[in-house]
Amino acid sequence: MSQTMNETEQPPAMATMQARSAETLGAARISIRGVDFFYGSNKALKGIDLDLPERQVTGMIGPSGCGKSTLLRVLNRMFDLYPGQRAVGQVLMDGVNILDPGIDLNQLRSRVGMVFQKPTPFPMTIYENIAFGVKLHERLSKSQMDERVEWSLTRAALWDESKDRLNTSAMGLSGGQQQRLCIARTIAVRPEVILLDEPTSALDPISTLKIEELIDELKEDFTIAIVTHNMQQAARCADQVAFFYLGELVEVGTATQMFTAPREKRTQEYITGRFG
Amino acid sequence: MSTTMGPAGRMPASGPTRDRRVADMLSRRRKWFDRVVQALCIAATVIGLVLLASILFTLLWRGVGALGLHVFTRSTLPPGSHGGLLNAIVGSLVQTLAGTAIGTPIGLMVGTYLSEYARNSVLGNAVRFVSDVLLSAPSILIGLFVYTILVEPFGGFSGIAGCVALAIIVVPIVVRTTEDMLRLIPTELREAAVAVGAPKWRVIVLICYRAALDGIATGILLAVARVAGETAPLLFTSLGNLNWSLSLTQPMSSLPVTIYQYAGSAFDDWVDLAWAGALLITFGVLALNIVARVMLRPRS
Amino acid sequence: MAELAEHIVKSFEQELTRLRALMTDMGGLVERQVALACDAVLARNAEAAVQAVESDPKVDALEREAEQFVIRLLALRQPMAQDLRHIVAALKITGELERIGDYAKNVAKRSLVLDQFAIPSPLSGIAHMSRLVQENLKAVIDALGENDADKAIQVWRSDEAIDDIYNALFREFVTYMMEDPRNITPCTHLLFIAKNLERIGDHATNIAEMVYYAVKGEPIPDDRPKGTSPAYAVVPPSE
Repeated sequence: MSQTMNETEQPPAMATMQARSAETLGAARISIRGVDFFYGSNKALKGIDLDLPERQVTGMIGPSGCGKSTLLRVLNRMFDLYPGQRAVGQVLMDGVNILDPGIDLNQLRSRVGMVFQKPTPFPMTIYENIAFGVKLHERLSKSQMDERVEWSLTRAALWDESKDRLNTSAMGLSGGQQQRLCIARTIAVRPEVILLDEPTSALDPISTLKIEELIDELKEDFTIAIVTHNMQQAARCADQVAFFYLGELVEVGTATQMFTAPREKRTQEYITGRFG
Repeated sequence: MSTTMGPAGRMPASGPTRDRRVADMLSRRRKWFDRVVQALCIAATVIGLVLLASILFTLLWRGVGALGLHVFTRSTLPPGSHGGLLNAIVGSLVQTLAGTAIGTPIGLMVGTYLSEYARNSVLGNAVRFVSDVLLSAPSILIGLFVYTILVEPFGGFSGIAGCVALAIIVVPIVVRTTEDMLRLIPTELREAAVAVGAPKWRVIVLICYRAALDGIATGILLAVARVAGETAPLLFTSLGNLNWSLSLTQPMSSLPVTIYQYAGSAFDDWVDLAWAGALLITFGVLALNIVARVMLRPRS
Repeated sequence: MAELAEHIVKSFEQELTRLRALMTDMGGLVERQVALACDAVLARNAEAAVQAVESDPKVDALEREAEQFVIRLLALRQPMAQDLRHIVAALKITGELERIGDYAKNVAKRSLVLDQFAIPSPLSGIAHMSRLVQENLKAVIDALGENDADKAIQVWRSDEAIDDIYNALFREFVTYMMEDPRNITPCTHLLFIAKNLERIGDHATNIAEMVYYAVKGEPIPDDRPKGTSPAYAVVPPSE
């Protein structure tokens, strides 16, 4: 905090802005190339090209039905659950197209985790909630599992609140705690990418801030994509922001650029609340 | 949306006005109608409660007097020889438990199939339709059906036929509750399990069943309560047996059938035993219902 | 901003309009104040000088009002993109206008003092400079009202001419002072007047920069070819 204050004090404001936008672009962890998505015959995404920079937060914004959540569900192939939904194009991760039919979906989902809008604790204890996913992909001894549970709960800023009640039902946690448990459960599997689909829309402002703080910490280890309807949230959390409209990626840029000087008229109108 | 309205697009403070007298008249009429409906509802409730109370009262009055240790320790005997209901109680327990044991797994699996694998498929809809028909089919038909496939070909009434008939009644109930309970599970929960990389069968067994456990268990208990009181399907299958018998290949006694036979008899001690049996079944079913309710109660 | 649709929240749109009105009101007031101050110097018009001095509190009040209004908008509306830029620009621009007002007041006060002295030369240099400064100020306030980035960039470029005149005047007044010590007092005042006019030009340039940023979302692209030597260096230290 004090560090950024000092930085802005010295050089003129505009120079800082340019410096920040230059530092943001990292190497892509996931490259989306020409992805179309169909709900039956209805085309919901049109030729999306987007990079998710490694260990950075990409915020996806846009009005309801613009395709941002759909894109998120392409990245872990969640749409495969539903017949009639299909994606065309390339989503490259380590040079492999995860849209290939031959991909092992369970393995993919262990590498690309997801947290949903509503907190979705499994109907079991806090401990079991975290062990559930880990057991699917690893064979751990009891002590190793204990360690993993502590690690992920600590990482999700829930350890102090839950360490004395690990063997009670996860349903007894508050909404914000449940959502942090869901994040802990996701990171316990040690994914490389975390997808967050409006993770705070069901939470109160303080729980929301805790999740945002968490996102900030998690990006040290994980590449994160977050869909949000809250523009301020995207501004607070994201390094890169992508604006979607009617299934198209209208504009993508650093958060600073997108929220101070967007290039596209539609982005400007949406961000400033002039959508008509 | 905003562009269509000019700067003065806000609703004017004085909108359409309304006539107070009309409003008063409508309000009075509404209140009068409300009172009539309320009175009718109370009357209907009172009638229902009176009927129920009189049934319970008669049952207790006649049943408690007839209860005694001999009811539980002795089998049915000829009139005047102080017989009990032991064979009927045991027979009912055996057939109800066996019927439930056969019917529950089948119902569980069919319900799972309908909810998880065949939500919108033609086959699924057909199965669901047949199951619903079976749910509301008269139970005597089921008795007749089992009679033609298990009693006639094997040349005699048997306990096993009774069990199968009860199982057939259990299946559609369990199918319905299982499917309903699994469908109640939010999509997000399934997706959340899938999102950590769980294969479908694990999602169903470890997440969905656990989340729907209360509901499914309640459904099974209700099915048990339902078949415990069934008489019609047993008349054509296990028939009833006045002697002590635990053999499933022989006719088997049961409480409802024994009540049916004794209640209409001319002997006072048999009629008393029928009341005792009725009291036992009623309280057995009541106990099951209470257990089911307790299980359904949301846990904190 | 004109090409964008209206805000969904109409009261926000109205507040933005009001902010712009505040700025242009203040701009008009300051423009007139500068004109009065220049007239006071050039035409020895004491009446104008008094008016220029007396209108300064009004400018200050407007600046405070604009500042409160901007803080309110930032807190309650959390503006984004060009709304944010315009609101932040408004805050800075009203600050610049207030400074211009102060300089105008100072010029007007000095004109009253100057009346008591014989002026050693015709004031054609100051007249020329004041014309250029007023043109720039008017142009930048027009650019502000019309969100005209091109006009803003013209103002920004033409400030160089004002700096050149100021450097020439500096030399001229120093020469008069060296000729006759009696010239020192009036020429010092004239020098300050010229300096103040030059500062007014600089603040107009700052406003032009803010207008350009508010409209375009980026700083003015090229660096103005500005003389590296500061104004006082026109008299080499060795002399």
